[in-house]
Amino acid sequence: MALEFLKEAWSNSVGVSQIGATKDEDGTRAETVKIGGQSTLPFLFAEGNIPHRPVIAMEIWDILPEDWPQTLKEPFKDCLDNPGQWAEKCVKEFQADFICLRLQGAHPDGKNKSPDEMAKAVQAVLKAVGVPLIILGCGDDTKDNLILPACCEASKGERCLIGEAVQENYKTLTAAVLADGHNIIATSPIDINIAKQLNILITDMGLPSDRIVINPTIGALGYGLEYAYSIMERARLAALSGDKMLSMPFICFVGYEAWRAKEAKALMSEFPQWGPEKERGPLWENITAVALLQAGADILVMRHPQAVSETRKTIDILMQG
Amino acid sequence: MFIVGELINGMYKEVGRAIQQKDKKTIQKVAQDQVKAGADCLDVNCGPVSKDPVADMQWLVETIQEAVEVSLALDSTKPQVIEAGLKLAKKKAVINSTSADQEKLDILVPMAKQYKTYLIGLTMDKKGVPQDKDRRLELAAHIAATCQDAGFPVGDLFLDPIVLPVNVAQTQGRYVLESIREFKMLADPAPKAIVGLSNVSQGTCSRSLINRIFLTMAVGAGLDAAILDPLDKELLDSLITAELVLNKQIYCDSYLDAYRKR
Repeated sequence: MALEFLKEAWSNSVGVSQIGATKDEDGTRAETVKIGGQSTLPFLFAEGNIPHRPVIAMEIWDILPEDWPQTLKEPFKDCLDNPGQWAEKCVKEFQADFICLRLQGAHPDGKNKSPDEMAKAVQAVLKAVGVPLIILGCGDDTKDNLILPACCEASKGERCLIGEAVQENYKTLTAAVLADGHNIIATSPIDINIAKQLNILITDMGLPSDRIVINPTIGALGYGLEYAYSIMERARLAALSGDKMLSMPFICFVGYEAWRAKEAKALMSEFPQWGPEKERGPLWENITAVALLQAGADILVMRHPQAVSETRKTIDILMQG
Repeated sequence: MFIVGELINGMYKEVGRAIQQKDKKTIQKVAQDQVKAGADCLDVNCGPVSKDPVADMQWLVETIQEAVEVSLALDSTKPQVIEAGLKLAKKKAVINSTSADQEKLDILVPMAKQYKTYLIGLTMDKKGVPQDKDRRLELAAHIAATCQDAGFPVGDLFLDPIVLPVNVAQTQGRYVLESIREFKMLADPAPKAIVGLSNVSQGTCSRSLINRIFLTMAVGAGLDAAILDPLDKELLDSLITAELVLNKQIYCDSYLDAYRKR
C-alpha cells in the first residue's frame, strides 16, 4: 500500500497586501509588490497555496550611514550620499524587489532634518526608481510624528508601506496612512499579544487589515533568532486557524539586526579565527534571512548585495516546492 | 466554538408572529443581531404553531439568507421540513436533528450525506432521555456507527448528550459533562459534541448565571458547539474566556473584541 501523508487543512489564509500603486491605481509606480495569501505554513505546497513569493527590499538611508561597517559601505561607495542613486543601484544592479528608505537624517540626536527635507528625500527616491517604497522614520516617536505625516502626504496615492506604528504611538501614523492611501507597519517587541492588540487598535481606527503588515521584531542569528522564529510561527499558526487579527503578512528587518551583530562586523584583524569579514558579514545576514523565510517572513529588508543575491537563490529553490 | 444562535424559533412570540405575518424585517433583524454578537450559525425553527411548516421553512431560509451569510441549522422533527430548507441553503447547513432511533437515522443520515451537511445526533430514543452516562454513550456509539456504515464523515457529526434542567434533574449535569469528554473516543476522526444550552436553566430564576457556568464547564470538557442565545453578552464573554484559558485563541488586551471581529 502506498504511504499516504497526513495533510493539515487550514480554515484561514494570510491576508494579501499590495505595496505600490501604478498609474491606473492613482500612483506612479512601474510595478507593484503583492505579499501574503498563503493557506499553509511556509513552503508546504502540498497543504495549501502560496500565491506570492517572499520579497526582498533593500535598505537605503537619506543620509550617509557613517556607522556602517566598511564591508557594507563598499558596494555603494559611489552613491551612499545620494538616496536616489543608491536606490537606483539597488534596483538595477542588485535586483531589489523594492526599496526601504530609512529617514535616519531626521533623528534629533543626529542631523535633525526637517519634515520638509524628509518629504523631498521621499520624492527624490520615488522619482529615481519605479518600484514601490517602504518609508521608515528615524525611531524617535515625537520626531516621527512630524516627519511621517509629511512623507505620507508627499507620496499620496503611491501605496507605500510606512512605519513604524507601536502600541504607545500609532494614532498619528494610522491617521496619516489612512488619509493618503498607504500601508502601515505595526511593530511589536517580539510579543504576540501586543502584535494582536496593535492590529486591533489600528483596525479600530478604520484602516483595513489588508493595509497592515506585522513587524514582529526579530533577532539576528545568535541574538534571539529562535525566539523571533517561535513568535512568528505561533502567530502564523493562529492566522491559519482563523485568527483574523494575526493574519497579516510579516516584514523582517534582517539587515538592521544582522549588521548589529559583532560576528557580522568585527574585523579579521581583531578576530583572526573568525575569517574575513567580507564574507562573514553578508553570510550572517543571509543565514538570518533564510531562517526567517522558514518562519513565514513575507518581506525581508536587507542591506548587503551579496546577502540579497544568496537569499534570492534560496527563495527560488524553495518556491519550486 | 461553533456558536448556533437559537433565537429564530416560532416558539418565541415575536418570531412566531413574524412568521405568521411574513414580516421579513423582524426575522432579518434577529438574524443580523445574532451574527453580529458572534453566532457562526443560526437555528431555524418554525415553531409549534406553523400550519404549513414546509412553506414557512422555505420562507425563513430565504429571508435569513437575504440578510446574513452564515450556515443555518434546520430544526424540525419532520424530515420533509428539513429537506425543504436544505434545498435552499447556500452554506454548509446543519440538520437539527436525528435521534438514535433507527427509522430516523435511516432517513436523516443519507440526507445529510446527500446534501453534505453537518448532522446533530441526539442521544435519545423512543424510550426517552437516558438517565446516566453509559446509556448516552451507547446511543452515541450507535449513531456514530450508523454514520460510518453509511459513509457519512463522522467528523461532521455533532453528538448532543441532552442537557436537562438543573432544577428537576440535578444528577444529570455531571453525566452530560462526562459524556462530552467520552464522545471523542468513539471514532477517529472524532465526532463533535454540541449542547442545547438554555435547557439547563429552564424554570430557574438565575438563568443567565447557570447557563454561563454550565457552558464554561462544558467547554472545559471539550465541547465543540452550542445552541444558545448569542445576545447574552456575559455568556459569550465567558465562552470566549474559557477558550482563551484553553489556549484556543491568542491573548491580547482586547481579546473579547478580537473574537467578535473574526
